[in-house]
Amino acid sequence: MAKGLVYTAVDSTELSTAEYYGKALVELGEQHPDVVALTADLGKSTKIGEFMKRFPERFFNVGIAEQNLFGVAAGMAKAGLVPFVSTFAQFAALRAGDQLSTDICYQNANVKVIATHAGTSFGQAGSTHHAISDLGVVRSLPNLTVIVPADSFETVNAIRLAYETAGPFYIRINRGFDHLLYPSSDYGFELGRAVTLHEGTDITVIACGSCAYQALTAAQFLRQADGLSVRVINMPTIKPLDADAVTQAVAETRRVITAEDHNVIGGLGSAVAEVVAASGKGCAFRRLGIADHFAPIGLHEDILSIEGVDSNGIVAAIREVMGADFEEDENWEDEV
Amino acid sequence: MTLEKTEWLRLEDKANDLRRLTLDTTYWAGAGHIGGAMSVLDILTVIYHKYLNYKLDDPAWPDRDRVILSKGHAGIAYAPLLADLGWNDKELLKTFTLTNSPMGMHLDASKVVGLDASTGSLGHGLPLAAGTALAARVQGKDWWVYCVTGDGELNEGSCWEAFMTLSHYQLDHVITVVDRNKYMIDGATEEVMALEPLADKLRAFGLNVIEVDGHSFADLADGIDTAKAHAGQPSAIIADTAKGAGIDFMEGQYIWHYGALDEAMYREAQASLARYYEKRKARVLREGK
Repeated sequence: MAKGLVYTAVDSTELSTAEYYGKALVELGEQHPDVVALTADLGKSTKIGEFMKRFPERFFNVGIAEQNLFGVAAGMAKAGLVPFVSTFAQFAALRAGDQLSTDICYQNANVKVIATHAGTSFGQAGSTHHAISDLGVVRSLPNLTVIVPADSFETVNAIRLAYETAGPFYIRINRGFDHLLYPSSDYGFELGRAVTLHEGTDITVIACGSCAYQALTAAQFLRQADGLSVRVINMPTIKPLDADAVTQAVAETRRVITAEDHNVIGGLGSAVAEVVAASGKGCAFRRLGIADHFAPIGLHEDILSIEGVDSNGIVAAIREVMGADFEEDENWEDEV
Repeated sequence: MTLEKTEWLRLEDKANDLRRLTLDTTYWAGAGHIGGAMSVLDILTVIYHKYLNYKLDDPAWPDRDRVILSKGHAGIAYAPLLADLGWNDKELLKTFTLTNSPMGMHLDASKVVGLDASTGSLGHGLPLAAGTALAARVQGKDWWVYCVTGDGELNEGSCWEAFMTLSHYQLDHVITVVDRNKYMIDGATEEVMALEPLADKLRAFGLNVIEVDGHSFADLADGIDTAKAHAGQPSAIIADTAKGAGIDFMEGQYIWHYGALDEAMYREAQASLARYYEKRKARVLREGK
């Protein structure tokens, strides 16, 4: 893990997730002269203004031109720099998708894409500024590591890890503030490793991003209300996925729910489903997320509730799956 | 005119070798983007064999000048050039586009030695060139970046995003060369999606525009010399070229953007290239100093 400040809960009362990114980027800039920051007229929105002030000769705003943004970054990376490129997730994955694929991934360029305003976190801006399909796109791009941090601390860890690890990264963070899952950034984050937030044996919820906190809240509630033992796994690395954590959950809890602020097609739920299907082990399985429609306009919290991926929605889904007819014996052979 | 007769003749010889090798590669591959390959070949030849700063024994030398062939479909001209330099086995040209060959229609920089960018999807080269030049600035380097684009390719908005960036950051070490062969897949550029007045458009985007005959090495050399001497502004050389240059039955025929050659056509094309070479040498002897 890179040297740097350890952020604590005190900081989180004052800083949004993207502001943590901004601070982590300044730290990297201080330590490494090859770090450059780029944006497409979203320097303020993506919170990299501090880097601009500190290192104006290493900050580049290419104007409202996302395709150009990624091409420029790839050119810089091929010539020895480590560009951190910030724009909204919708524009990163879709507007400039060909550049992300061809210039960055195909050339295995050492570009770190920090995609902000993930999922429906810019809820009031509407579907033009929601990113509900980005994971489906970027997860299928070879060479790309995909991380969805669940809080500010995980964001800082992901940013540091991205610098230390050669190759293209896509790090998807929310607009605004996130609930904290960890007491500080010093909790032992590892690439490709799931984090068990809550032990449980009856059912497992695998979540990422905003939904990790919602799942944790649901599990805590159900322990009290229903006496259920719900395992909650935070899955920050979408690619490479921690397949072992998934198969272990299948074997040990036999019921798995995924929850994400993304279309149910293509994101974390799909990634987990692929592992479950390939494991040859059956389990009761539900994917929670945006049900293949464009989400309504509204506050982020309201949209999560409407789409059934807040703690109430996750509680309802857990109860439904727990009530479904499913054999609990260890014989896998006789199941439908 | 700065190009001396002896050097001009040397470039003509090299271009002739490369045109023949490009034709051979197209024949071996069965088909290829020969029209735009023949139009761009003189541009690539003059860059590599007169201007480019590189080390033959170290193609990845960090301080080298860069070339980004944005019109990636001209890989069938570029691969012969990169093989001729000794960076890739010439025998590989016989496998061009065949299954598992390291050389495909659009070249892959992870497989072809000396290739600075994997291109193919159009409108990607200019942003890459801008980034390469900005990286030189950040690192205190002074390498030149040559970005060779098609003309139809300039329909892509990303090209104009990059022109704005080149101009905004005053990237005077980027020389864009537009292979103005006037045709794209579906027909003439002016019929499919008019580009003219191209020079005015580029000037309006802040580029130092130079117009040359893209099949005259003297003219191309003058253009590049002018671009290199121009400080504070990126340059764009519009090279007037002929699609399928040197092969009579292809010249100016947009259907030869991509085409297949049988043996009779191959022989006819070889004969045409031989006549073209003689004609060009005669021009050098007439005009060269």
